[in-house]
Amino acid sequence: MVPSYEDIIERLNSHKLWDFPGGVHPDDKKTLSNTSGIQRVALPDLFTLPLRQHVGMEGGCIVDVGDRVKKGQPLTQSTNPYAVPVHAPSSGEVVAIAPHVIAHPSGLTEMCISIRPDGEDSWTELAPMADYRAYEKSELIEAICNAGISGLGGAGFPTHIKTSSSKPVEFLIINGIECEPYITADDRLMREYAWQIRQGIDILTHLVGPKAIVIAVEDNKPEAIEALRLACQDKTDYRIVPVETKYPAGGEKQLIQIITGREVPRNGLPADIGILMFNVGTAYAIADAIISGKPLIERVVTLTGEAAGQPCNVWARLGTPVGHLLDHAEYQPEKQRAPRVIMGGPMMGFALADLNIPIVKITNCLLVPGKRELADDDVERPCIRCSECADACPASLLPQQLFWHAKAKEHDKVQEYNLFDCIECGACAYVCPSEIPLVHYYRQAKSAIRLERDERNKAEKARLRFEARKARLEQEKREREERHRKAKEARMAASENKGSTGSKDKVAAALARAKAKKQSQQSAGTASQPPEDKKAQVAAAVARAKAKKATRQSDTSLPSEPDAAPSEGSDDKQEKVAAAIARAKAKKAQRDSPEQQDVTSPLSDESPQADEDDKKQRVAAAVARAKAKKQAREASLEESADSSDERADNQSSTSDKDARIAAAVARAKAKKAQRDMPRQSNEHSARDEAAKQENTAEDEKRQRIAAAVAKAKAKKAARNTDSENE
Amino acid sequence: MRLTLSSSPHQRVRRDTGQVMRLVIYAMVPGIIAQTVIFGWGVLIQSVIACTTALLAEGLIVYLRKRPVDRTLGDCSALLTALLIAVSIPPALPWWMTVIGTLFAIAVAKQVYGGLGFNIFNPAMVAYVVLLISFPAAMTMWLPPQSLSTLSPGFVDMLSVIFTGYTMQGYDVGQLKQLTDGLTSATPLDTLKTGLTQGMTYSEVLSRPAFDSGLFDAMGAGWGWVSLAYLLGGLMLIQQRVISWHIPGSLLVSVFIFASMLHLANGDLYASPIFHLTNGAVMIGAFFIATDPVSASTTSRGRLIFGAAIGFWVVIIRTFGGYPDAVAFGVLLMNMAVPLIDYYTRPRTYGHAAKSNRKK
Repeated sequence: MVPSYEDIIERLNSHKLWDFPGGVHPDDKKTLSNTSGIQRVALPDLFTLPLRQHVGMEGGCIVDVGDRVKKGQPLTQSTNPYAVPVHAPSSGEVVAIAPHVIAHPSGLTEMCISIRPDGEDSWTELAPMADYRAYEKSELIEAICNAGISGLGGAGFPTHIKTSSSKPVEFLIINGIECEPYITADDRLMREYAWQIRQGIDILTHLVGPKAIVIAVEDNKPEAIEALRLACQDKTDYRIVPVETKYPAGGEKQLIQIITGREVPRNGLPADIGILMFNVGTAYAIADAIISGKPLIERVVTLTGEAAGQPCNVWARLGTPVGHLLDHAEYQPEKQRAPRVIMGGPMMGFALADLNIPIVKITNCLLVPGKRELADDDVERPCIRCSECADACPASLLPQQLFWHAKAKEHDKVQEYNLFDCIECGACAYVCPSEIPLVHYYRQAKSAIRLERDERNKAEKARLRFEARKARLEQEKREREERHRKAKEARMAASENKGSTGSKDKVAAALARAKAKKQSQQSAGTASQPPEDKKAQVAAAVARAKAKKATRQSDTSLPSEPDAAPSEGSDDKQEKVAAAIARAKAKKAQRDSPEQQDVTSPLSDESPQADEDDKKQRVAAAVARAKAKKQAREASLEESADSSDERADNQSSTSDKDARIAAAVARAKAKKAQRDMPRQSNEHSARDEAAKQENTAEDEKRQRIAAAVAKAKAKKAARNTDSENE
Repeated sequence: MRLTLSSSPHQRVRRDTGQVMRLVIYAMVPGIIAQTVIFGWGVLIQSVIACTTALLAEGLIVYLRKRPVDRTLGDCSALLTALLIAVSIPPALPWWMTVIGTLFAIAVAKQVYGGLGFNIFNPAMVAYVVLLISFPAAMTMWLPPQSLSTLSPGFVDMLSVIFTGYTMQGYDVGQLKQLTDGLTSATPLDTLKTGLTQGMTYSEVLSRPAFDSGLFDAMGAGWGWVSLAYLLGGLMLIQQRVISWHIPGSLLVSVFIFASMLHLANGDLYASPIFHLTNGAVMIGAFFIATDPVSASTTSRGRLIFGAAIGFWVVIIRTFGGYPDAVAFGVLLMNMAVPLIDYYTRPRTYGHAAKSNRKK
């Protein structure tokens, strides 16, 4: 039974809440860092800003190396609704736009903009909308988007997407739970900036028009609750609800369950059950963006742990290197068994690989545990099926079964046990007496399954492509044979007529030829699949245009297409094989029936005699055709991939693009070479399949040279493409 | 500076498998003390024999399997199995039977299946059943409580009985069973079984000295106190959150319900629920044996079913079966059903519709 709005309100009025299953009570260690105010940190020597700071797409870079930027000036432009811009955290000079190690568990590198601050810290021109009620809602949402605000709680979902939900909102929940041990960033923010948070809530309320507003704070933060009460005392409809301390009460799904008793449906969003949730930090950032016009360039970060001499909370500019902040907190690595820095809390945070990793929008804590503070990675012992984990799981999963099947790599089984409903809160591994890194197993299983799924999709696409191609080739073959037969008949008829008047004979032969040609054209026209050449040409043109556009736009990478990029390897191979087949076929066809080909082949319809050169040309044309097809396929693939909404972080499209550009250049050169020799037939053109032949008898020598040149160029282009793709 | 990488969560509760097992062993102490006080030194001697055998066997097998010996022995699971065997066999059992039983539990029931965490059956109960079937006479040679016994052997006598079959004075186990009133002692469960076959009614059986406990009519003399001691230890385990209440709770409730149904149907033929709960291995079974995490059900609903079904089998086999007690059989029977129970009692995952679990 889903509790109705009235039920929920009634319970809230009588101060009753729901509960979520499981959960754990780790030692929260919040007093380490929550006693002093949020401090300011000196500017670092260098800011490093990943273009992508959150789930969603990365924005296109709109500054160049050497540009001077002002504090708050946008550095990227959002072209995709899921992308929000990144802003300069201080005034200074852009010194590099290059890959840099980012905050990711695996120490990935991503495109980052590096800014050397000039120390002036001067703002760019700001456009506050303090009387926000006078603006259109869409303008406010745009302002939130342009301020670069994405959820500061954890996942970093772009905030403007949430606020522009068209579904009716019953509950607007402001999440001030902060259930992870050690972290006190939200706690301090609520204590010191309750008024701004309240302004943010006002704006959110104005935007989404909820029926009820709930501000949920864990009951281990009485000061924060008091501060919020004070800030919201004139707003009787803002309910400040203390929630029993239990990890992970601050998880979005869990908090929804606690407040409303409802559950976000599988694969659904909170908006589907009439709920929107924002972190208190996000509310603060919204107020900052609308009331003072300031984009999101800093956030509160907790610096804590027993290896920190001065645990505290700081206002950290985005892009500040972790090491700089740790220096501020007087980090002492010698207090640790081995240097270890955790970004995030002890339950869900990940260990960093490098101290140069920059702070991003979702960084809420840097934890440097002392020697005896957090457990080291102990050797795991066998699972004794004690099911402590199942009792702790907030999603009511059976972690022991998941572990069993994940370890055995039984991917269908782990999915049957709902692996993908795991929120990776770590409660199971926290309680495990055998010290099994359960979450680690689940992450591995999840990525293995995702990979498997991708590969299956790719294979399926390849199969469809292959079958379509096979059908097309067969069709072409049938048509060709038909044409050959017709032409042969015509020739025989013509030779029968030989002996009668010469002129008549010639006329008849010409007629027959014309007929054959017409028929072949007709059959080609009636074919179920339009000739490849046209499509290929169009596609290649599209590809060329795209490549050009890409180069024009920027030299950084485009939003990548997860499907297109990894499939290049197999495509490549296929293409090569296809080209080889085409070549072999062309050769064979000529060897088999040189005479017929001379008369009837679409390649040489009007050339009565073929010679060695001709043959070579045809081979070259076939090769070129295959390549053109490849281009076309790549182009179309990209188009289809564009529409897919997968947002994997994939960088390899750069090489793909390079290859396309190289191919386009090569093609252009080949074209030019042909234009230079006006009498040269254009059958060498890389895309022209039909390759209408003219007189091959003339100018044999020149033609041969031209052909050789074009072929070499085409080959080179192909080599470039291949090698780069590989 | 090179930073160490580790996987979340970085914080862990500080209770590992070894500690869990040790807590269970500590919780058995009241029961073992009660057994020693009431029935003599036998249980302690058997404990030493069983523990030594278990550690040696486990150590050797783990060594042969090229696994870390110290860490495996450190989890104390072999020790716990050995103790459970020692407290459930008759205290005067010949030493080599104890050794055989323990060896079978460790080598066959546990390590052959892959060691801790992989055994389907509760090793201690496998050992018990193997001994019971192999040596039925010796396995039912329970000595009377020392208060009722004419001889009440001391520590050396007991040692001698276990290793030679005779006390220092030359009495054998059969003579040790002599009661002060000249009758031969039997466990309350045996007494009831034989009494009923001799045409006595349940209430007539209760007047025998085996039930002279002074607390409840149906509580066996001595046996009842041992059961209460294990109940105490079990409650400690629940309070320490080592075990959940589900299995012991449902097992005891189910014994109570099924025994009551039979007793209400015919009070002359069928024993009262108090009789069933306080005699035999029900208490130790409910808190220490059926709760073995490896071989028990893992879901909350599954545990309720698991415990209740064991309770059902205990009452049924005790009442209608050939053996006086049935905890071992009940546990092993339900061990077999665990995968099935677990599969059909999966909890509803967050965000899933109520019935989608079962449809799939």
